[in-house]
Amino acid sequence: MSKSYYQPEDLLKFGSINEWNPELGKKFFDYYQSVFKKGTLSEREKSLIALAVAHTIQCPYCIDAYTTDGLERGIEKEEMMEAIHVAGAIRGGASLVHTVQAMNIYNKLSM
Amino acid sequence: MSTKKSLKAQNNVLSDAKKQLQLLSNSIFLSGQLPTFSQKLQSHKLPSIKPKQLEILQLNIGYMCNQVCAHCHVDAGPDRKEKMSKPTMSQCLQVAHKHKIKTLDITGGAPEMHPDFRWFIKEAKAAEIPEIIIRSNLTILRANKKYYDLPDFFKEHQLHIISSLPFYRRGKTDRQRGDGVFNKSIEALQKLNEVGYGLQGTGLEIDLVYNPLGAYLPRGQEELEEEYKHALREDFGIEFNNLYCITNLPISRFLDFLVASGNFEGYMTKLVNAFNPSTVGNLMCTNTISVSYDGYLYDCDFNQMLELNVSSKSNHISNFEMDALQNRNVCISQHCYGCTAGAGSSCQGTVV
Ligand code: SF4
Ligand code: SF4
Repeated sequence: MSKSYYQPEDLLKFGSINEWNPELGKKFFDYYQSVFKKGTLSEREKSLIALAVAHTIQCPYCIDAYTTDGLERGIEKEEMMEAIHVAGAIRGGASLVHTVQAMNIYNKLSM
Repeated sequence: MSTKKSLKAQNNVLSDAKKQLQLLSNSIFLSGQLPTFSQKLQSHKLPSIKPKQLEILQLNIGYMCNQVCAHCHVDAGPDRKEKMSKPTMSQCLQVAHKHKIKTLDITGGAPEMHPDFRWFIKEAKAAEIPEIIIRSNLTILRANKKYYDLPDFFKEHQLHIISSLPFYRRGKTDRQRGDGVFNKSIEALQKLNEVGYGLQGTGLEIDLVYNPLGAYLPRGQEELEEEYKHALREDFGIEFNNLYCITNLPISRFLDFLVASGNFEGYMTKLVNAFNPSTVGNLMCTNTISVSYDGYLYDCDFNQMLELNVSSKSNHISNFEMDALQNRNVCISQHCYGCTAGAGSSCQGTVV
């Protein structure tokens, strides 16, 4: 076994977290399943949102899961990339918008 | 990803059915890492698979095809010459007529390339089979002038057409089925629409089949159908009836791809983990018998390719005995996991 904190096969063991707290685990998984069901948004749209969020939180399990999920749903790589750029833009924007704060402080303190 | 020659013409070891079955039984299944299909059924307290009433006779009338798709489970191609003889075709029709079979499902290869195709359809109509399905790859309708009138022929005989179109955009389709396949398929669909196929009120049905382009499973048949309908209508003015999602079974050329790309174990694990016990009662092998070009009987087209003959003394169209066949057990192996994953998979798409 290669030494790494993340093992791809561990993704399939996600359900085993229930062993240490079945009550909360069940609530979580029920909620999770309901979230991804077709609602006002389609399952396809939700899959793309999940992929973008997965990149924002940089979770390798979620990236694996939602790239595969997208493939299974016939989502194309161009669509995936656009969604991930949305995540990138929001992330980059969130850094940059704080520049205003830096500018405020800079201006206030400067003569 | 489309190949130029069949595995058989390349002398690839996986053109040998026994080698395929060995591969499917060894490795991860032998070591106990994954349960065999039979163990899986037992662990769900499901008995062996038994047929229900026979409704569909699926005839593979030959392995010749104008395409050499990368995922083809038949290993079909222009270099395959096997084809059903006229006497065998007639025997199939006698059986279908005698046992009041509802549906004749004609597949290949490209069944339209069989030299006696039109004769056979006329005979089948004369035998009053209620429904005749043709599994047409679409491009054959535009491959040569001699096929240009097939849409009219289909219409005249009220044939139900089921066709593969791996995606509603060019890139993915051509990667799976070969360059130019998408454009030709679109042209063929437009011709079928012109004579009334896929249009409301005509009763002429054209269904499309989607299967994944790689080592992953299909999902979301309904949403994908909406996507296909929307995209094909907007971009090309094309109408069709239903979209069927089909899982690629780990046999023949797709098995070769899985092994060569290092995806075999991962794909089998996915299939096993996605096992859905509620698909078992509705599997294709419970209401279908598949007949090979040389008249032998199989539980399905996949078992035909793996040379797993029906386990019954009635094992050829010339000695077809309904009672003996109804009492058989379906032959299973690990490829069957492809039919039971998720919402299940059959020649008519999902099963639950
Ligand atoms: S069109 Fe069908 S039969 Fe022909 S090579 Fe492709 S998958 Fe096989
Ligand atoms: S491959 Fe599918 S249809 Fe064929 S015998 Fe196995 S479960 Fe039945």
